[in-house]
Amino acid sequence: MKYLLLGLLVLSAASLFVGVSTVSPLDLLNLQSEDTQIFLISRLPRLIAILLAGAGMSIAGLIMQQLSRNKFVSPTTAGTLDATRLGILVSMLVFANASMLQKMAVAFAFALAGTFLFMQILDRIKFKDAIFIPLVGLMFGNILSSVTTFFAYKADVIQNMSAWLQGDFSMIMKGRYELLYISVPIIIIAYFYANRFTIAGMGEDFSKNLGLAYRRIVNIGLILVALITATVVLTVGIIPFLGLIIPNIISIFKGDHLKKTLPHTALLGAIFLLICDILGRVIIYPYEISISLMVGVIGSGIFLYLLFRRKRYA
Amino acid sequence: MIQVVSLSKFYGKKAVVEDVSVTIQPGKITSFIGPNGAGKSTLLSMVSRLLDADTGEVLIDKADARKMKSNEFAKKVSILKQSNYMNVRLTIRELVSFGRFPYSKGRLTDEDEQIVDQSLEYMHLTELQERYLDELSGGQRQRAFIAMVIAQDTDYILLDEPLNNLDMKHSVQIMKILRRLVDELGKTVVIVLHDINFASVYSDWIVAMKDGRVVKNGPTEEIIQSEALKEIYDMDIPIQKMDGCRICVYFNS
Repeated sequence: MKYLLLGLLVLSAASLFVGVSTVSPLDLLNLQSEDTQIFLISRLPRLIAILLAGAGMSIAGLIMQQLSRNKFVSPTTAGTLDATRLGILVSMLVFANASMLQKMAVAFAFALAGTFLFMQILDRIKFKDAIFIPLVGLMFGNILSSVTTFFAYKADVIQNMSAWLQGDFSMIMKGRYELLYISVPIIIIAYFYANRFTIAGMGEDFSKNLGLAYRRIVNIGLILVALITATVVLTVGIIPFLGLIIPNIISIFKGDHLKKTLPHTALLGAIFLLICDILGRVIIYPYEISISLMVGVIGSGIFLYLLFRRKRYA
Repeated sequence: MIQVVSLSKFYGKKAVVEDVSVTIQPGKITSFIGPNGAGKSTLLSMVSRLLDADTGEVLIDKADARKMKSNEFAKKVSILKQSNYMNVRLTIRELVSFGRFPYSKGRLTDEDEQIVDQSLEYMHLTELQERYLDELSGGQRQRAFIAMVIAQDTDYILLDEPLNNLDMKHSVQIMKILRRLVDELGKTVVIVLHDINFASVYSDWIVAMKDGRVVKNGPTEEIIQSEALKEIYDMDIPIQKMDGCRICVYFNS
C-alpha cells in the first residue's frame, strides 16, 4: 500500500511534466505565463482524468468479477463496453444535439441493460467453465458491436463513433472531463458495500444464509459498474483489459475480501494507466500512441500470462 | 423446535416434496436419509428459506418462518449446502467473520472478534486462520464453514450432505464435531446424510424420505431395523450390533 501510494505520487509528477511543450516546475511560480496555462488547462486535467478512469474501471472490473464469481469477467469481456457504445450511438441519432448529460443517461441505461442481460445469460448457462463464460461475454459484446456499426454506417456517423472506440487522453482538457468526477462518489459507495459484495460473491445460498438480500446487492453492484463505464467511455473512450487484469493481480497477493482489496485495486489501476499513458507519450515523441492501444498491448500480454498461470493450477 | 406443516414443492406437475409434516426436536441431531431424489435436500432448502414452498408452512419456535425478517432468521437458523465449495480467495478468519454479519453488518465489535476467536479455537483452526480457503484440503474447508456457522450462533444448524467428498477420517471428525455442538453447546442439528451407518451411529432421530414423502420418522433404534430399511430402500439389510452401535451391512444384500 505504501509503495503503491509512493509510486502513484512519483508517476503523477512525471506525467505532469511530460509533453510537447516543456513545462518546468519553476514556470508554475509565474502564474500568468503560457506554461502555467498549459499546465492548468491540459496537463492537470489529463492527470486527474487518468487517475479517475484507471481507478474507476478497475473497481468496475473488481465488482463484476466478484458478483459473477468469475475471474475473467470485466466490462471488456461481458459486453458492458459495447453496450455503452451502442447507447452513445442511440443518443446521437435520437437527440441530434445531445448534451453531455443526455448522452450520459442513455449510455448508462444501455450499459446497465447490457450488463444485466449478460448476468441473465450467465444464470442460464449450465456449463460454468471459467474460460467459457468470458467467451460468451465476448460474443455477446461483438453482437452488440456489430449492431452499433450497422446503424452507425447507415447514419453515416462511423467517423464519429470511432472516437469512442479508441480511448484517448490527448483530447482531455478543462471542461471536457469533469463528468469523470462521478467515479469518486461511486468508489466510496462501493467501499461501503464492500462486505456485502464479498458475501454476494460467495453465492446466493451463502448470502441468504447470512440474511443478505442477494438480488438487491447484485443490482446495486451492476448499477455502479454501468455508471463508471458510461462516464469513462463518454469522456475518454474504451480502455480495454484494465478492469480484467488489475483485480486479478491484486487478488493473487491480497485475496478477495473487497474491504481489503478495493483501495489497492483502485491505486494499482490508476498507476497502471499512468504508466501506459506516459509510455504512449514518450515512445514516438512528439506524437502519441493512443491509450487503448498501449493498454491493449500490455494488458493482453498480462492477460495471457494470467490464463497460463491458471492452467498450471488446474 | 422446528415444525414443518404439510409442505409441498412442485416442479411443473411433478411433486418433489409432497405434503410433508415433521417436527424437529430441539437439542438433538436429526438425520434425513433416503434414496437419491427423495426430496431431502429440497425439504432442507425450504426449511431454511433458500427455496419458497408451494404449499404448507414452517414454524421456527412457533413463529411463521416466512414472516420473519431475513436478518432475524439468520440469527436463528443457519444452513450449509454441499455446493459451498468455491474458488474465492478468502482467509479462514475472513470467512468465519462473515458469520457475524447478521449481528454487526460487517463492522465487527470486540465481542464479535472474541466470538470469531472462540469459533476458530473450537474447530482447531486458530493456527490456520490466515490461510486462504483455496489452499485447504476438503476436510479443513468443511471445518472452516462449520466454524462460520458456530460464529453465526444460531439455535438451528442445517447441513446438506456435509460429508460429501470427504475421506473416512474427516467424515468421522466432522460427525464428532456435530455431536459436540449438540451435547456441549445445546444446538439443534439437522443433517442430510447418504451413509446410513453415520446416521445410525451419530444421530438421535431419523427421518426417512422416499418419493417426496416421509416414510419413517422416529428415534434411531426404531428406524435402523431390517424391516424399516426394507421399506425405505427396497433392500434386505441385516443389522449387526457392535460396541453398542447398530451397523447396517448392505454391501452384499
